[in-house]
Amino acid sequence: MATTDPALQPTAPTTGRTINEFSIQVATVNGSGSQTANLILIRSLFQMGIPVSGKNLFPSNIAGLPTWYTIRANKHGYVARKKEIDFLVAMNAETAREDVQTLEPGAGVVYDEPLNLKALRPDLSFYPVPFDKLVAAVCPDAKLRRLVRNTIYDGVLSYLLDIELGEMEKALTKQLAKKQKALVLNMAALKAGFDYAEATFGQKASFGAERMNTTAGKILIEGNQAAAIGCLMAGVTVVAWYPITPSSSLCESLIDLMRKYRIDKATGKATFAIVQAEDEIAAVGMVIGASWVGARAMTSTSGPGISLMGEFTGLGYYAEVPAVIFDIQRVGPSTGLPTRTAQGDLLSTALLSHGDTRHPMLLPSSMRECYSMAMDAFDLSERLQTPVFVMSDLDLGMNIWMSEPFPYPEQPLDRGKVLDKATLERLGAWGRYKDVDGDGIPWRTLPDTDMPAYFTRGSGHNEMGQYSERGDDYQRNLDRLARKFDTARTLVPKPEVDVVADARIGLIAFGTTHWAIVEGRDQLWQEAGLATSYLRLKAYPFTDDLAAFIDRHDRVYVVEQNRDAQMVALMRMELDPVRIAKVRSVLHYSGLPIDARSITDAVLAQEGLAVARAAARAADAPNAAGVGGE
Amino acid sequence: MTTSTGAAPSPGRKLNRIGLDVSQYRGGKTTLCAGCGHNAISERIIEACFDLGVDAKKVLKLSGIGCSSKSPAYFLSQSHGFNSVHGRMPSVATGALLANKTMAAIGISGDGDTGAIGIGQFVHLMRRNLPMVYIIEDNGCYGLTKGQFSPTADVGSTLKNGVVNDLPPIDTCIMAIELGATFVARSFSGDKKQLSALLKAAMSHKGTAMLDVLSPCVTFNDHEGSTKSYSYVKDHEEPLADLSFVPYFEDIAIEHEEGTTREVVLHDGSTIVLRKLDHDYDPTNKAEALRVVRETAGRGEYATGLLFIDQHKRDFCTTLNLVDEPLAALPVERTRPSRAVLELLMDHQR
Repeated sequence: MATTDPALQPTAPTTGRTINEFSIQVATVNGSGSQTANLILIRSLFQMGIPVSGKNLFPSNIAGLPTWYTIRANKHGYVARKKEIDFLVAMNAETAREDVQTLEPGAGVVYDEPLNLKALRPDLSFYPVPFDKLVAAVCPDAKLRRLVRNTIYDGVLSYLLDIELGEMEKALTKQLAKKQKALVLNMAALKAGFDYAEATFGQKASFGAERMNTTAGKILIEGNQAAAIGCLMAGVTVVAWYPITPSSSLCESLIDLMRKYRIDKATGKATFAIVQAEDEIAAVGMVIGASWVGARAMTSTSGPGISLMGEFTGLGYYAEVPAVIFDIQRVGPSTGLPTRTAQGDLLSTALLSHGDTRHPMLLPSSMRECYSMAMDAFDLSERLQTPVFVMSDLDLGMNIWMSEPFPYPEQPLDRGKVLDKATLERLGAWGRYKDVDGDGIPWRTLPDTDMPAYFTRGSGHNEMGQYSERGDDYQRNLDRLARKFDTARTLVPKPEVDVVADARIGLIAFGTTHWAIVEGRDQLWQEAGLATSYLRLKAYPFTDDLAAFIDRHDRVYVVEQNRDAQMVALMRMELDPVRIAKVRSVLHYSGLPIDARSITDAVLAQEGLAVARAAARAADAPNAAGVGGE
Repeated sequence: MTTSTGAAPSPGRKLNRIGLDVSQYRGGKTTLCAGCGHNAISERIIEACFDLGVDAKKVLKLSGIGCSSKSPAYFLSQSHGFNSVHGRMPSVATGALLANKTMAAIGISGDGDTGAIGIGQFVHLMRRNLPMVYIIEDNGCYGLTKGQFSPTADVGSTLKNGVVNDLPPIDTCIMAIELGATFVARSFSGDKKQLSALLKAAMSHKGTAMLDVLSPCVTFNDHEGSTKSYSYVKDHEEPLADLSFVPYFEDIAIEHEEGTTREVVLHDGSTIVLRKLDHDYDPTNKAEALRVVRETAGRGEYATGLLFIDQHKRDFCTTLNLVDEPLAALPVERTRPSRAVLELLMDHQR
């Protein structure tokens, strides 16, 4: 495209326009109030029935540092991050030039006029907008301008990309329903942006939106919010937490929900306790104390908090006390990149704490699973009498995703083996750590009941729960705990397997990587004719399905968002060398959510199919039916 | 409240108000050193629970790690106990009591468990005023790892091998008072009468009752040069008042001369009677308490007895406005919102 400044071009009808297949990146300074404007964009596309996703790339800072928000609309339903940006909104002077330089040829750029970007590249379409002038006209009060300035770019994009203005107004009304004054101002700003674009640019962008019908009945939600609803529905009663990005919004959402829906109507009192603890050690200690007494208790944290929870997790494992722990994973050893995403805590969490320890982990991929696995975690933790981790990540937890609405839980709660009178009579005698059922899970008693008391300890104990330093007592206990972990295999959610009949290649992924795999499989097929089967892990420990899947294929690629192939390391601990020899890795650890292009290119390179970008097949993408997540 | 017990009381023995004899409050045989102050404290706890007619089924015993923290195994074998991790008992107790606020909790810690590794959790327990009895069995050293100094050791105090402590001690009572604990006491494992009265008062208090009990380590810290030895503490104990406890269920008229005693009435109607000694000490005066404890310590003495009490501050369970029933016992009908609530939440996201 040779156009440099469409403002100078005569209005012409757009031909060969790409419809419902584009990504918009909004580059702003954090603290400048762009969140509402970006939500309006996502919501309007969603309301138009177009599959959409949003990724917030923000700094660990309150105000003044660069932040980028990427919105992807895709008619095939691909919601993973797209590597290439089609349309840039450049509002940040500090990053604007670099942002423009990284664009693919043909991209469009809306920018704040004084930034004067149009001379930078001849192969882009530039749309300068005098934001200060426009905002001054609609918002006389200079102090409020910051809050409405960004809405102007919504109006400009509405015109350029054909995102219906009516839907934007609807989205804005929903967003600011309780702030009438802000709503009026933002409505004016929206209109001002639209009118300016219409009057100035005439020609629309080479990307555009058109109404579809894929989002009816669906919801837009963040994973931490979905998990909080899951905890609410799981009947959690004790919550202890310590603020940490990207986990905080889970407990904060939960606080809001509990205050609304868990106050006893008759007395006005709370059927829950939520404590902001002094640190993550105390948070998990409170969870263990509460679970020991029989409450459903949980905490939520991220990597640094997981490290601190190590000792208590070992206690929970060895003394056999339930605990539900969410890990909203972020990047890095140490403080790392607190506001970026990764799947880097798998190995350290699976084996958290000293001595021989193993912990079940659930691996949600979607909003539905953030919700349902929260409930699963409580059931499993009480059934297995051990800490259970839910391994979400920043991408899942803090970004907005489309989802089918959540179904009401039809199953009763599984409170596990809590001894009652009838069971005691059936068993005849009771020992706290006796394996009477052969599944490695003993019966426990709760305080404040008629059942016998025992002394819970992290020190050596025998089957009766008495202090013991005897080697045979210790070994018998450890062997039973290993049996219990094998029982966990039969209780955790099974993987989702899609076996393609002739595929020699298998892909394995989990968590947020799933969405890039869906798209990557289509690319592999379209660009190189490479058919792939796919297994999505939903939990650790692994079930038999994993070995069976590896057996069916010549080579298996495990795709994960960490440097050290941590999931493969866990597989290596239990798969035989013949199977492990078939396993290869595709790794992504830049802190940005993984994208399909990276997976496709890596698999093709390892397969020796260097002509990666072969002509796309005409056929529609086979996996595109997965519109809007599950 | 259940009052189920183990064996029937043996005939001819003294029974308490719920018909139990003292043996039913005992625990396992101690494995601590003969003469250890901690064993004396366990005995006082057993007596106090017997005298008060405590239902052991309604008690939780908690501890951290160390010699002190072993002791919950040596009393109240019919109560659930939790020997947790080093310095972190406060958080376990917090979770436990939030899960079931109808339980009474006795936490046993040590001076290392509280003053060193656990100082953070101790601080926040005191702040929250969690309703529990928190006992520090304070011997100024780490017994289980063979006698290293702990943070409550005094400047100039020596180890057996002659090493001199050159860092100032942490005074857990001053900290507790400053931080908002509502019952703060110091006592001595060898002062049977005072400790017994304090324990009963602490168990009757609604809020955090923090007792720092000087409890000499007969193996590693009972020598000349130690300020936590049995003889040193015995010689330097300065009771602030002659203390007795009258439980709510005993109808005893207290006879005293005008102006010689103070009475502190507790939440359950029990009374602490403080008979004046040298000075008229008012344990409800925070500033006065801090001044007296500091001054006494400055003289190398230990002010003992009830140092501070505030019967009116809200305890943590009240602050959180918990329902009357234990959270752990709530049925699913009260903890899982209805289908309509979920539908409403879904509508918000559309």
